[in-house]
Amino acid sequence: MALFSKENGEVFKGPLNLNNPVAVQVLGICSALAVTSQLKPAIVMGLSVTVITAFANVIISLLRKTIPNRIRIIVQLVVVAALVTIVSNILKAFVYDVSVQLSVYVGLIITNCILMGRLEAFAMQNGPWESFLDGIGNGLGYAFVLVVVGFVREILGFGTILGFQIIPDGAFMENGGLYLNNGMMTMPAMALILVACFIWVHRAVNKEQK
Amino acid sequence: MKPTFTEGGKLSAFGSLFDAAETFFYVPNETAKPRGAQIHDAIDSKRSIFFVIIAMIPAILFGMWNIGYQHYTILGEESTLICNFLYGLGIFLPKMIVSYAVGLGIEIAVAQWKKEEVHEGFFVTGMLIPMIVPVNCPLWILAVATAFAVIFAKEVFGGTGMNIFNPALVTRAFLFFAYPAMMSGDKVWVNGSYMDSINGTIDGVSAATPLGQLAAGEPVTYDAMDTIIGTIPGSIGETSFIAIMIGAVILVWAGIASWKIILGTFVGGAAMAYLLPYAGAENFEWWEQLTVGGFAFGAVFMATDPVTSPRTEGGKWIFGLLIGAMAIIIRVLNPGFPEGMMLAILLMNVFAPLFDYFFVQANINKRAKRAAK
Repeated sequence: MALFSKENGEVFKGPLNLNNPVAVQVLGICSALAVTSQLKPAIVMGLSVTVITAFANVIISLLRKTIPNRIRIIVQLVVVAALVTIVSNILKAFVYDVSVQLSVYVGLIITNCILMGRLEAFAMQNGPWESFLDGIGNGLGYAFVLVVVGFVREILGFGTILGFQIIPDGAFMENGGLYLNNGMMTMPAMALILVACFIWVHRAVNKEQK
Repeated sequence: MKPTFTEGGKLSAFGSLFDAAETFFYVPNETAKPRGAQIHDAIDSKRSIFFVIIAMIPAILFGMWNIGYQHYTILGEESTLICNFLYGLGIFLPKMIVSYAVGLGIEIAVAQWKKEEVHEGFFVTGMLIPMIVPVNCPLWILAVATAFAVIFAKEVFGGTGMNIFNPALVTRAFLFFAYPAMMSGDKVWVNGSYMDSINGTIDGVSAATPLGQLAAGEPVTYDAMDTIIGTIPGSIGETSFIAIMIGAVILVWAGIASWKIILGTFVGGAAMAYLLPYAGAENFEWWEQLTVGGFAFGAVFMATDPVTSPRTEGGKWIFGLLIGAMAIIIRVLNPGFPEGMMLAILLMNVFAPLFDYFFVQANINKRAKRAAK
């Protein structure tokens, strides 16, 4: 079986667009609302989930023939928990400020529906390489939505992108301008509406393929 | 003239606009089909909406006068009635135009896109929006909030008649949470200079509303008569208890608003305001709670919205009682929100279908029991 065969390409590309975990399967919404108030935590969160999904998929896929069916959820949880702990410690070591911002949501990746869904639905039936591609694809599909939402929320809610001021100082009302940051964008409620808009656009664009 | 606008005509892109104008100025040709059980009435919803607008006129006129009155009083200048009024007109009119232009623009675009006719509901919403914002609310922020409310509170649910939340209140809620500096505090209620109302300059004139003073723990500097007549700072249309009550009489007389909801809201609010001081909460006199802030305005013009309130008669009572009680609870017990009417009505909008469900089920059970005998 070729490593980059057409089927494997589909496994990777599906979750990026037509089978996107957030936009189509509507999984992983809670973290998408919680961590996207700025772009940087959204990117870090997206990458963390990508790495964890990919490696958890590989490990479970390797073990899939030896895991007794009745305790498979526990085994999956142990594997994911180990990976989450590793990622969490790496984040604390190298990007401490972001890890403080993400707070419990890194730990909560363990319960992320996308992860458990991929492990149950894909890694338990497929080989390690396909599972790896599936994990990367789903992680990136999730990360893409997070980045879009984080981008919109940061520029409208704080007037910055990755911490750099985009909207000039003079435009703000306290400096005599007309502009005000939209406080609603910094709240999770608005993230829900933005995710809904993302899904709306996604469905409108992909109407024919459904 | 009409064929130009129908499908295939030269200006078919503006067909829904034409249709809206035609039915607005003339009685539509179509009537309900003769078959089936229907209620025939001389007024269609465009006519009933005229009554609502007429009912709002006293509050609008008083609001305009009050803008000028507050402005000249705080600057210590003498002014005449006409002067006050014209000053207020100059501030109210741009807000009204922005609200109508943005809201109707979106409605017409959506109607054209979905090949539906424009619904008339926005004529009321568009008039309510400028009445429930502070004087110094900048126009562009008003436009953003109106667009948000029309798209996300109305059109995504299917347009007029389908919305869960009152779109005018969603506009206000969006403003309140997105731009709190423009919606609360003591800088936004009285207009210092004309440009404030266009730009929303933050360093306007300081003047707290009675509820603002209460929430800040300061002595209230307005007496009961001020709050009843309405010569207090506040959102444009909400200050005068008397003007709003004239509107209430018109609405109830025309059979558009439910008197059960209005009365229920006042009874609920009064009961809660009467009881809360015994629980140790600081409070006005209980009846003063009903005349300050947006309580009367919300009860008369917002809670009675036929789309977002319950349809069953019992449901209307509960709906009103709970709105009144919730509004006072939020006002008195939550220091973060000096005014609770908006949140109380939005919350009860969510429950309105539930009240209906219970009352309909209760009725079904009652009849089932009777039939079983």
